[in-house]
Amino acid sequence: MPDLLEITPNGLFCAVGNFYIDPWRPVSHAVITHAHADHARPGSDCYLCAAPGKHVLRTRMGNQALIDTLKYNEHLSINGVDISLHPAGHLLGSSQVRVSYQGTTWVVTGDYKLQNDSTCDCFESVPCDVFVTESTFGLPVYRWPDPETVAQEINAWWRANADSGRTSVLLAYALGKAQRLASLLDPSIGPIYGHGAVMKLVEAYRASGVRLPPINRIPPRSRKIGGGRGIVIAPPSAAATTWINRFGETSIAMVSGWMLLRGVRRRRGIPKGFILSDHVDYPDLMQAVQSSGAQRVLVTHGFTDIVARLLTEQGLEAEVLATRFVGETNPDDSDTDEDASELQAITREPIETDNKDAEAAK
Amino acid sequence: MKRFSDLYWKLDGTTSTNQKIEVLKEYFVSAPPEDAACGLRVLCGAKQLRAVSTRSLREWAAEFSELPLWLVEESYAHVGDLAETLALILPDQPTRETSNQNHITEPLPLSRCFEETIRGLKGKPDNHKRQVVEETWKRLTPRERIVWHKLLTGGCRVGVSRSLVARALAEMSGLEPAVLAERMMAATIETAEDFQSLISPKPTSADSLRPYPFFLASPMNSEPQELGSAADWHAEWKWDGMRAQVVRRSAGISIWSRGEERMNDAFPEIVEAAEYLPDGTVLDGELLAAHPNNLLPFSMLSKRASRKRAGKKIRTEIPAVFVAYDLLETQGKDIRQEPLSLRRRKLLTIVPSAFQRQPALSGVAAKLHHNSAENENSDIRMFHSPLVDAHSWDELALARQQARRRGVEGLMLKRITSSYAHGRPRGDWWKWKVEPLEIDAVLHYAQAGHGRRAGLHTDYTLGVWDGNQLVTVAKAYSGLSDKELIEIDKIIRSTTIERHGPVRVVRPTLVFQLAFENVSRSTRHKSGIAVRFPRIARWRRDKLPHEAATLSDLKALLAQATGEQ
Repeated sequence: MPDLLEITPNGLFCAVGNFYIDPWRPVSHAVITHAHADHARPGSDCYLCAAPGKHVLRTRMGNQALIDTLKYNEHLSINGVDISLHPAGHLLGSSQVRVSYQGTTWVVTGDYKLQNDSTCDCFESVPCDVFVTESTFGLPVYRWPDPETVAQEINAWWRANADSGRTSVLLAYALGKAQRLASLLDPSIGPIYGHGAVMKLVEAYRASGVRLPPINRIPPRSRKIGGGRGIVIAPPSAAATTWINRFGETSIAMVSGWMLLRGVRRRRGIPKGFILSDHVDYPDLMQAVQSSGAQRVLVTHGFTDIVARLLTEQGLEAEVLATRFVGETNPDDSDTDEDASELQAITREPIETDNKDAEAAK
Repeated sequence: MKRFSDLYWKLDGTTSTNQKIEVLKEYFVSAPPEDAACGLRVLCGAKQLRAVSTRSLREWAAEFSELPLWLVEESYAHVGDLAETLALILPDQPTRETSNQNHITEPLPLSRCFEETIRGLKGKPDNHKRQVVEETWKRLTPRERIVWHKLLTGGCRVGVSRSLVARALAEMSGLEPAVLAERMMAATIETAEDFQSLISPKPTSADSLRPYPFFLASPMNSEPQELGSAADWHAEWKWDGMRAQVVRRSAGISIWSRGEERMNDAFPEIVEAAEYLPDGTVLDGELLAAHPNNLLPFSMLSKRASRKRAGKKIRTEIPAVFVAYDLLETQGKDIRQEPLSLRRRKLLTIVPSAFQRQPALSGVAAKLHHNSAENENSDIRMFHSPLVDAHSWDELALARQQARRRGVEGLMLKRITSSYAHGRPRGDWWKWKVEPLEIDAVLHYAQAGHGRRAGLHTDYTLGVWDGNQLVTVAKAYSGLSDKELIEIDKIIRSTTIERHGPVRVVRPTLVFQLAFENVSRSTRHKSGIAVRFPRIARWRRDKLPHEAATLSDLKALLAQATGEQ
């Protein structure tokens, strides 16, 4: 019997149900795990995502896109294939896709994390036979510090900057990380501001009912913003442009899982990094694999061959699932991979700036 | 260990010089003197002991963390820093803050940590070492572990210059930075007393064999005409050796490297030669390897210098000479403020000319100086560096073109009126190197870089064609922009044919213009040729791999450079 899901030139495909999961080319039916650009591509006839993620996906796919939703744990049957979506904890509306047919169950995680995040539903472990997992941080060096501790460090850093009249700038990915960060900030220290790219998604989060502290648009005169006590959340690409100069004296910190490595911080010349990621770290990845109960694991996005080899040594049937969007270990074609672009923005060449947003922010 | 580790990370976290000085001061003031002494040694880049091999360390860490060794290796390849990799994979220990009363580990001061967990391991059996290493892991936080791993493997380098450290100590002690810089050069700082006397206002015993801080030349980037009249300048050959100072005082003799290591045992024949210098003499010059009829390539000198203690065999095989080019102290008097012309005149009265008495250098010397007499006296180990006889910039430019054939790197230009300064102030001393040799070579193997370049394939092995085969000629690490490195990294990943651990064999597609100072015969590379100081001049996107150089092109360069045929 052929596999229930298989890789085709368009992406991961379920032939029996005639749908794709996170296809990288336009198709008729696309089930979307989450709205990051390496998972949600425009141009498909019809999208299916988890209900809490609809507004976010809408901002990315445009007003014309047909978007259907399923509540988490709600089941849909297509041609005998049972589909349901389950929280992945990556960002608002992110899901694992469970696909079941004739007694065999697959779960495709998309990107996920096990940590708590008040801006989205927490990851739920879903039993399955075949577990398709990401491996962005699938090396044992990646073990996240407690996010609450990181939040305290960020707030302490912000307070110290505010007390010396320097504007704080947090560089974080505009969708997901920026909103999670905002939720962790202590608004009693000073006002919070968002780059245009961040604000668009803050609005989508608010429209979806997520509670966030007050976040302001950046005013035209932004030197000593918020009386020098302000904090700005901006995408990493903004740091490479003159946009950043408008704030006068700043302290800049990058917020990313990659900040765990000293070499990455140094390469980018960013003295300060906070380690906060929306992906599983190594121990959580191992735990997620184990709690899925799957005997077969397909590894994608990241340190695929390493994780597959490790799981094989642990007695599982594990292999690499080749995708077009691959992570750090092979950044070919990674221009549109948001995680890879984030890494690139941090470690490598400046990626193209979102000119529209830069304009809007001016 | 905590205080030193904090210092390390604070220095790592700032690029501001003033902030670095502040944190250094804070450290030296707050640390007990025995720890400060130990910390200072590390900060100054003192030669460190490798107490444990990195191989053992990763094996032990793998087992301690219950991870397969290959996974540790893969992690290292990704992180690019072994100390950091191991610190990150080791299981977390209860931190001091969270551990309850019974488990509070007593703090481990740096000096004790050094004695017990690093020096104390020397010569001990592996199982003992391993036990100490595992115990120490349990006592340290992840950040402390990184620093400790670096100390343990003898690779702890901190991003501060000695002069910055000297400035911090000067501000702390109220002494002049130059005094501290000089004291730091001479003194071995082992104990609390050593540290205290270093910062003490009283002159110390260490002052007696102390060298002077080296004056460093700046590279010439413009035309020499911009330096004014050639008559205001002395020109010497730029020797391709090791910079050194020879100190001869009543307290004894000392040969100092620029890295401030005492090299008496490595160069005993120079010590013997220095016996004949008058008391109270300090010479600045260059150590070279030379047979009576031939100046040997730098690689030979390097081999010689790597022996801590030079035995008879190596002394015969690779004899050393010292070419003096400046006199810093005479009759016990510091004359660094005197003009170069005067210092040189005095130098000539103390150190003989090589070329009248035909020293070890005769082969090259003959090339350097046509008037040299043929006279077999290979005992002269020390002589002064001759001036290049030229009356105009044009004549000098002509002389410079002959540099490679003479086995030197180019010319040194020194302003006649200049005093012997401290550090690298621009304007009075210039190194005017010969234009590099260049060939187009093909990327053959690539490996991920370390540190700042971790994760990017930036270490290149380049080859030239020998028929249809590429033969390796050089490894090159530098010369490309960050942007190019990223682009090339992508090409390397997509053209990989084979992987051997961290090394990728690539399909020949990338051509680089390889620049190097000189060529010599070598048994190290398959090509039989070694190039000196290779670096990438530029990426030849316009060239196809088969258009790159061949082995015979390289052999022709060798013939030219050595003046053969």
